[in-house]
Amino acid sequence: MKLLEFQGKKLFKEYGIPVPQGIVIEKKEDLKDIDIPFPWVMKAQVLVGGRGKAGGIKFANNMEEAIKNFEELITMEIKGEKVRKVLIEEKLRIEKEYYLSFFIDRSSRKYLMMFSFEGGVDIEAMAEKVMKIYVNPLIGLQPYHLRKLPKEVREIAKKLFQLFIEKDCELAEINPLVISNGLAIAADSKIIIDNNSIYRHEDLPKEDIELTPLEREAKEKRIAFVQLEGNIGVIANGAGLTMATLDALNEFDGKGGVFLDLGGTDDPEKVKQAFELMAKAKPKVILLNLFGGITKCDTVAKGIIEFLQENKINCPVIARIKGMNEEKARQMLKEYVIPIESFKEAAKKAAELGG
Amino acid sequence: MAIWADENIRLLVQGITGHQGRFHTKAMMEFGTKIVAGVTPGKGGQEVHGVPVYDSVEEAMEMKPNASIVFVPAPFAKDAVIEALDAGIKLIVVITENIPFHDTMQFIHYAIYKKARIIGPNCPGIASPGKTKIGIFPNVIFKKGNIGVASRSGTLTYEIVNALSKEGLGQSTCVGLGGDPIIGSTFIDALKAFEKDDETHAIVLVGEIGGTAEEEAAEYIEANVSKPVYAYIAGRTAPPGKRMGHAGAIISGKKGTAESKIKAFEKAGVKVARFPHEIAKLIKNDKRI
Repeated sequence: MKLLEFQGKKLFKEYGIPVPQGIVIEKKEDLKDIDIPFPWVMKAQVLVGGRGKAGGIKFANNMEEAIKNFEELITMEIKGEKVRKVLIEEKLRIEKEYYLSFFIDRSSRKYLMMFSFEGGVDIEAMAEKVMKIYVNPLIGLQPYHLRKLPKEVREIAKKLFQLFIEKDCELAEINPLVISNGLAIAADSKIIIDNNSIYRHEDLPKEDIELTPLEREAKEKRIAFVQLEGNIGVIANGAGLTMATLDALNEFDGKGGVFLDLGGTDDPEKVKQAFELMAKAKPKVILLNLFGGITKCDTVAKGIIEFLQENKINCPVIARIKGMNEEKARQMLKEYVIPIESFKEAAKKAAELGG
Repeated sequence: MAIWADENIRLLVQGITGHQGRFHTKAMMEFGTKIVAGVTPGKGGQEVHGVPVYDSVEEAMEMKPNASIVFVPAPFAKDAVIEALDAGIKLIVVITENIPFHDTMQFIHYAIYKKARIIGPNCPGIASPGKTKIGIFPNVIFKKGNIGVASRSGTLTYEIVNALSKEGLGQSTCVGLGGDPIIGSTFIDALKAFEKDDETHAIVLVGEIGGTAEEEAAEYIEANVSKPVYAYIAGRTAPPGKRMGHAGAIISGKKGTAESKIKAFEKAGVKVARFPHEIAKLIKNDKRI
């Protein structure tokens, strides 16, 4: 789960990492109560990258400019993400801009600290100028690691590492880490919290704003559900099989609209919930691709029938059912779905109906 | 031979009294796995399908287990794995899904220190047909033979293994490495073991978007693997930034795309299938086998 800049900065403050004086607001009326001296930096609060280039950061020298900026920012949509909040901060006198981050490195399976003397830009674009320091998760950050950094950022690095560990971060990034009047200040924040650990962080924001309303509903029901751009709803069991089904559709110029992974369940109630979600996404055609191993095909069929008896669904359902009790499932479903035996043919048919 | 798990496995089931633990204990026994003990704290003295249950791994060691499978819920999984490592168990298969990444990193590095192997987490386990199964794969898909399979996926692997078996292509060992970003055993670990295993004549890798494990595997294959390798990569149409069911299946920025993985494999001489069941066909048509 990604945090917005102001949420990340709140954590920074908690851990003693200096941040600019600032306040986050949603309404124009709140501008007049702000007692930060001009000039201001006004920053749209969104999760997507490239905010600056998209015009999501503005400066104001007086209230008139502030009002104009606010009205522009709050109605803005950056890469499809609506701006709901604006962070207003004192404008810092910038002497230097560094980059500092900790993240979980998949290849080495270690924590990776990255530092660069050139912050404020896309880190991937300057890969060769980045210092990389690997930290063993059993041992943690050591003083000698810190001595590789310039003196003025060592204390912040230590605190950022503590935050990174205690808040179960996938990523904790300060870009840029600004030197202003000789002091290091976190001018931006990017924090990603590991979703698996949310249960042990009561204090962190609950709402995952990155998700669509349907995705959020699915998350509450513990169903893996991703909305995509096409019009074919794919239901399969297992993430890999669901992805493979979407890929197969693409081979026949079909476009997946929903990724729905039933997971290891064959609880008819859960299957029913999955179909309810799928129906809400209004696909043009549904492709069910089931490989029953531990999951029994007939109990999945039972859930589908329960759903279809109570609800009218306005699109055809193509079903490719394989594995444990497949015959029984096919018999049960024959009035409700278009059965197709081969994976490839089922994808082809769904692509035709979707196109 | 087989890799990592053979007929000499004496298995401990951690979390044996839960729904999954019970169900799969029975299924593994039916496969032929020797299960010698189970552990659930507070449930010592019970039996599950005739298997004695202990309160701790230390106590269960009187049954001399040499491998463990973990069904313990995510918040307690790290504790369970470390308990097994401290008791001296050298092979631990972690089935549990949704374990916090920082917990996984700790028990994986502790396992490295203890010179033990972790498979998973968030994986279907390992099966060597005719010998043993430490996992949740359906029993019926397997056939004894000479193909080694390593995969980041569950059901997709069942689909592929099932197709292999139907074509008469049996397996030496199938290992599900897990769908998490941080896993105990990697493609490279599996390739190393399969290359050494006399019973394995060809290797199938099932990858997916996210991370660079496939690219690293491709480099390793080019330099070190003489046996033919085949692959399938799921997620060619997945959009960047979205987690596709598995915690590890996410394209971050420009990293982790299926395109980059397929390209790396093809460069290393690995044949890549467009559809999962076509792997069987690729092997059948290959004159090297």
